Amino acid sequence: MAAGLATWLPFARAAAVGWLPLAQQPLPPAPGVKTSRGDEVLVVNVSGRRFETWKNTLDRYPDTLLGSSEKEFFYDADSGEYFFDRDPDMFRHVLNFYRTGRLHCPRQECIQAFDEELAFYGLVPELVGDCCLEEYRDRKKENAERLAEDEEAEQAGDGPALPAGSSLRQRLWRAFENPHTSTAALVFYYVTGFFIAVSVIANVVETIPCRGAARRSSREQPCGERFPQAFFCMDTACVLIFTGEYLLRLFAAPSRCRFLRSVMSLIDVVAILPYYIGLLVPKNDDVSGAFVTLRVFRVFRIFKFSRHSQGLRILGYTLKSCASELGFLLFSLTMAIIIFATVMFYAEKGTNKTNFTSIPAAFWYTIVTMTTLGYGDMVPSTIAGKIFGSICSLSGVLVIALPVPVIVSNFSRIYHQNQRADKRRAQQKVRLARIRLAKSGTTNAFLQYKQNGGLEDSGSGEEQALCVRNRSAFEQQHHHLLHCLEKTTCHEFTDELTFSEALGAVSPGGRTSRSTSVSSQPMGHGSLLSSCCPRRAKRRAIRLANSTASVSRGSMQELDMLAGLRRSPAPQRQENHLNPGGGGSSELRSHHCTPA
Amino acid sequence: MNWDSWPELVLIQSGKDSVEDEFELSTVCHRPEGLEQLQEQTKFTRKELQVLYRGFKNECPSGIVNEENFKQIYSQFFPQGDSSTYATFLFNAFDTNHDGSVSFEDFVAGLSVILRGTVDDRLNWAFNLYDLNKDGCITKEEMLDIMKSIYDMMGKYTYPALREEAPREHVENFFQKMDRNKDGVVTIEEFIESCQKDENIMRSMQLFDNVI
Repeated sequence: MAAGLATWLPFARAAAVGWLPLAQQPLPPAPGVKTSRGDEVLVVNVSGRRFETWKNTLDRYPDTLLGSSEKEFFYDADSGEYFFDRDPDMFRHVLNFYRTGRLHCPRQECIQAFDEELAFYGLVPELVGDCCLEEYRDRKKENAERLAEDEEAEQAGDGPALPAGSSLRQRLWRAFENPHTSTAALVFYYVTGFFIAVSVIANVVETIPCRGAARRSSREQPCGERFPQAFFCMDTACVLIFTGEYLLRLFAAPSRCRFLRSVMSLIDVVAILPYYIGLLVPKNDDVSGAFVTLRVFRVFRIFKFSRHSQGLRILGYTLKSCASELGFLLFSLTMAIIIFATVMFYAEKGTNKTNFTSIPAAFWYTIVTMTTLGYGDMVPSTIAGKIFGSICSLSGVLVIALPVPVIVSNFSRIYHQNQRADKRRAQQKVRLARIRLAKSGTTNAFLQYKQNGGLEDSGSGEEQALCVRNRSAFEQQHHHLLHCLEKTTCHEFTDELTFSEALGAVSPGGRTSRSTSVSSQPMGHGSLLSSCCPRRAKRRAIRLANSTASVSRGSMQELDMLAGLRRSPAPQRQENHLNPGGGGSSELRSHHCTPA
Repeated sequence: MNWDSWPELVLIQSGKDSVEDEFELSTVCHRPEGLEQLQEQTKFTRKELQVLYRGFKNECPSGIVNEENFKQIYSQFFPQGDSSTYATFLFNAFDTNHDGSVSFEDFVAGLSVILRGTVDDRLNWAFNLYDLNKDGCITKEEMLDIMKSIYDMMGKYTYPALREEAPREHVENFFQKMDRNKDGVVTIEEFIESCQKDENIMRSMQLFDNVI
């Protein structure tokens, strides 16, 4: 504990007098550091709240902001105090660290805010004291997981458009994974769903006894045997569709080995194989039994629905994550079954005509009793048997009830995580739309200003004064900056309308670009896709021109938000999102200074 | 800052009933004598005493240091070796009334002698440290214990490597230098006399003038 060391060091040095008479060599001279014994009180003003502490307290940790000379940057000579424009509530914890040597984590604050404060004051998160360390780590992990989830969800979800040069494979795979990307994918999704349902229903209906039109045979046949061709046709159709789907997926998969090993593909294979095996195997009596067994596997087609239903996937994932609890449940149940079956067997051994003919036979009784089913096909008749039977049923209730809450809570947690992911996706869309609007507002303000002749050096008269008057200092400087950029690159900013007119063509695409160059050559596809509807663009430009004044005021905030977004982890992803809004940077990169 | 003007040993102990056994709190809270008294007894200025007490109280809110704490604190300065034995000797040297704990007065008194005392005072203090049984003379066994504890603090990784007989040799050297009448023990007079004759020791005494 550094605080302790600093305090006790003088004492330890003084105690060295005990070595003096024993020293065989002369001891080295003391360092000339003269610690100021005149202890002074420092005033630290954090957002108006004044904290006062001894200078020595802060000096205990010289590699932090407050302990080193870095705090001199924040010294306000007029008031004689150190001023920090940060959260005073968090500062309390930071200062307590200097005083007690233990950094505590505030429970009601956001963990990211706390981290930021720590980073500002130069404290490493490892300094968090043992009492709060576990909770701090848990909360941080949870936060990180949530952010990672977001990233994954965004990457996997309807993200940016694929580059136009993507191959058929990539587009196909994307259509499969994400049915909402195009209409064809959606249609395919619903069609396969429909056929899965049809197939499953056919399987079920096949076995219902149909009363024949002619009452000649008293024996009722299942429908499958009455209308074998119809069912066979339906089955064939379904299997054809499934086979086609499987082959397409196999073709489109980016990693075929991984796809082959995935659960869903295994289910697909199991769904269609019985049919082919049934075709290949000739219909003779020896193997017809096996053939019938194969039909059972057709019911696995129902699992194909898990591609269509997120809830099913969650359930499956839950079971997988609770594997240890389920294993425990199974194991304990097995143990209990064996014990009780043995006991019951020996208890009922003496009885005549007893059902408990062997221990395995008693298994059935035990299971039925422990799960409180109680069919009643096997009942003990001796008193001992009844006593043990009742103990068996009581213990069954306990054993089963124990792991169930764990599984339930796991399911609940995973389910809520999914809900959160969906909500966040929706929020993100709204936020991006706002950002796009803000960016366009800023650029339009500049273009508007230019249109009104504000940049002309020879401008004069009231018109210029009029439009200059309403610009804030920030705007003025910002516009000056954009103007400098224009002069540097010998290109100018315009709006999409002028650009599309200049290009003389309208290229399809879903993204609009706001800042373009008039004199540029046709660019690569990545950066300039104007809107597909020039009429809409005209209307939009007019509407925006009227609203630039109000939007540009708010643009400062939005630009801050942009900056904040850029700071967040995964900057490369942000570029994709911001690109559609007309990232000036990407376009300017492709510009070059052509002599105008 | 309020200072009490009488020494007070407040012992707060709950009852020894079986029910309250779990809640047994025995806080020994020792408050030192007043600032003025300490100023008289020691050679520290008021400000120095204040700074010392603040540090002491911060580390030991209960007002006293017991041997375990002491050892732990001292060991932080010598991470490589084992300083527990020497720390025990030091503790005994500071604990002048031998009550098993070092209070602030003991602490300050000891520091005052070492840092602000005359050369004779310091030598006296050192002699007191070596004289483990406080009988007024240092025997070879006592010196050997002390020497071993000091060498223990060095730890295993030294250059040149520590040999087994190094402490013993050192003790022999010491006795050769200090034991005038060669009777196998060093008395306080012999000690002080021999030290005053040794230039190195005299010069090194100045090391401790600026520690606080």
